[in-house]
Amino acid sequence: MSAETVGTEDSSVGNETGSARSALKPTKMRMMAGQAAGSPWMITVFLAVVFLLAWHLVTLRAAFDGKGLTEEQLQMMEFNGDIVRSPDGTYLWNPEKEKVKGIPGPLAVMEKAREELSDAFVIKGTNDHGIGYLVFYTVSRFGAGFLAASAVAVVLGVFLGLNKVLFKAVNPFIQILKPISPLAWMPLLLYTVKDPKWTAILVVFMAALWPTLATTAFGVNSLRKDYLHVAAILQLSWPKRLFKVILPGAAPTIVNGLRISFGSALVAVVPAEMLLGELGVGYLSWIEWNNLDISGVIFAILVVGCVGVILDSGFNKLAGLVTYQE
Amino acid sequence: MPYLQIDHASKSFPSHTGEGEVCIFNDVTIKIEQGEFVTVIGHSGCGKSTLLNIIAGLDTASEGGVILEGKEVVGPGLDRMVVFQNFSLMPWMTVFENIALAVRSAYPGWSQNQVADHVNKYIALVGLKGAETKRPTALSGGMKQRVGLARAFSIEPKVLLLDEPFAQIDALTRGVIQEELIQMWNASRNTVFMVTHDVDEAILLSDRILLMTNGPSARVGEIVEVSIPRPRSRESVIEHPHYYKIRNHVIHFLVRHAAHVGRGSGESAAGGNGDGPVLVKFS
Repeated sequence: MSAETVGTEDSSVGNETGSARSALKPTKMRMMAGQAAGSPWMITVFLAVVFLLAWHLVTLRAAFDGKGLTEEQLQMMEFNGDIVRSPDGTYLWNPEKEKVKGIPGPLAVMEKAREELSDAFVIKGTNDHGIGYLVFYTVSRFGAGFLAASAVAVVLGVFLGLNKVLFKAVNPFIQILKPISPLAWMPLLLYTVKDPKWTAILVVFMAALWPTLATTAFGVNSLRKDYLHVAAILQLSWPKRLFKVILPGAAPTIVNGLRISFGSALVAVVPAEMLLGELGVGYLSWIEWNNLDISGVIFAILVVGCVGVILDSGFNKLAGLVTYQE
Repeated sequence: MPYLQIDHASKSFPSHTGEGEVCIFNDVTIKIEQGEFVTVIGHSGCGKSTLLNIIAGLDTASEGGVILEGKEVVGPGLDRMVVFQNFSLMPWMTVFENIALAVRSAYPGWSQNQVADHVNKYIALVGLKGAETKRPTALSGGMKQRVGLARAFSIEPKVLLLDEPFAQIDALTRGVIQEELIQMWNASRNTVFMVTHDVDEAILLSDRILLMTNGPSARVGEIVEVSIPRPRSRESVIEHPHYYKIRNHVIHFLVRHAAHVGRGSGESAAGGNGDGPVLVKFS
């Protein structure tokens, strides 16, 4: 497209320079304006509507039609639980069986969400806590594991970053331990601490530890020597050197490590809950599957997404406070 | 005994091939009196920045050392402040905080108010009033180096070490900051050791210019006395009859002799133990 336009411009310039230019300019402007036009929000909403409509249409099922079926066949279907007889004598698909037939549509999921959110803070039984509680359990489990891991990783990372020899000596261990899936630790952890509650937190801890540790050590190690020179000339005390120069200087790199850890811990917390049967949003998805409530599973997946977004935006706000531009 | 003496200092690094060592400069002795402004000029690789770092205590000489006020320099300290070529301001601190960090270290007994007054005084001296809360990213190169100068002068060091301080600043701004430096130095009269590539800058600012021969095994080839009376300004120095004589001499040395002198005596005269640098004075 653009090549053609340039070609036309070139040929017309040869003939009639002034008028050709003025005639071509508006076309160019329109093209550029076309590229920049449109609000991203509008596109987002549009995509969401298209997706929901498509979902709805694909999962739409015709109402039960008894025509052409004998009374015996209908009774057999009712006996099998495929259909139910309504009070006015007509037959309908059995709504309970509908739940596990194919993928539920958006309306069914919305209905489920409304139901769950209306008693978000109700405890119906030992394993049936409202969604509000489940989110709270997951967030606190995630928070405990992530914060503990971050504290340990930053302290160790600074220590290793300041000591090049030690860093080189310990680095092979970090490199081996880093790629191990945090879930792989679970049986060993469960065997060791013998408590699923702590195991879940430790799995998050394991997921969050290595990226921050490796990145912090790297960040401190590769801090610009000039800053350390200034600190040395000014004869700063060690605590001052650490808190005024080394940590703020390495902060952007440390935050990057924390960000990787954050994502990795968020990914680990859901299967940890599933496998350990600890109440939380990850567990919700699994228990809805056990209930054969696919709408519930979809709802749980959406909740996991929302929790992730909220935690992530909170993290980004905190990260913005400590980073700087060179 | 001079105020600051670089005493028979040599610096060598292990060579790339791993066999033997490469000598950057060899047996350099420089004597600087209190309040003197001395500049070192030489081609890249002659070790002038290394020499400055050795005085600062950020690097160590392979042989020889540095003596300040009769005591050997063993490490970095508040009595020898460096103004870095790349400014080396902490980018996470504001202008005020960068200078305050230095002032608090130099005067640990001071109250918050005393520190603030002192910092503000130096911010005003370099004309950065109003930029106190800005971070270095928001400043131009010239303004960054003004902060660097304010930070260095604010701790009132015995020796000021300027490591190509204006190399990264555009030519017009450079001239302005050079005159600001003259004014600040006139008030404080620190002993200054400067490293530069800029001949005009050296003539404008220094009492003596040390010309280094090319490395490896560089040494001080000549010492040129800048016989132009102070106070100096960019306008007045170029009208002085000695200005072009000195300038031509320095450039002549750098272009013609730096390599010859280095090659000639660096190897054969075994560390230049025989003849010292040539003294040059125009009158």
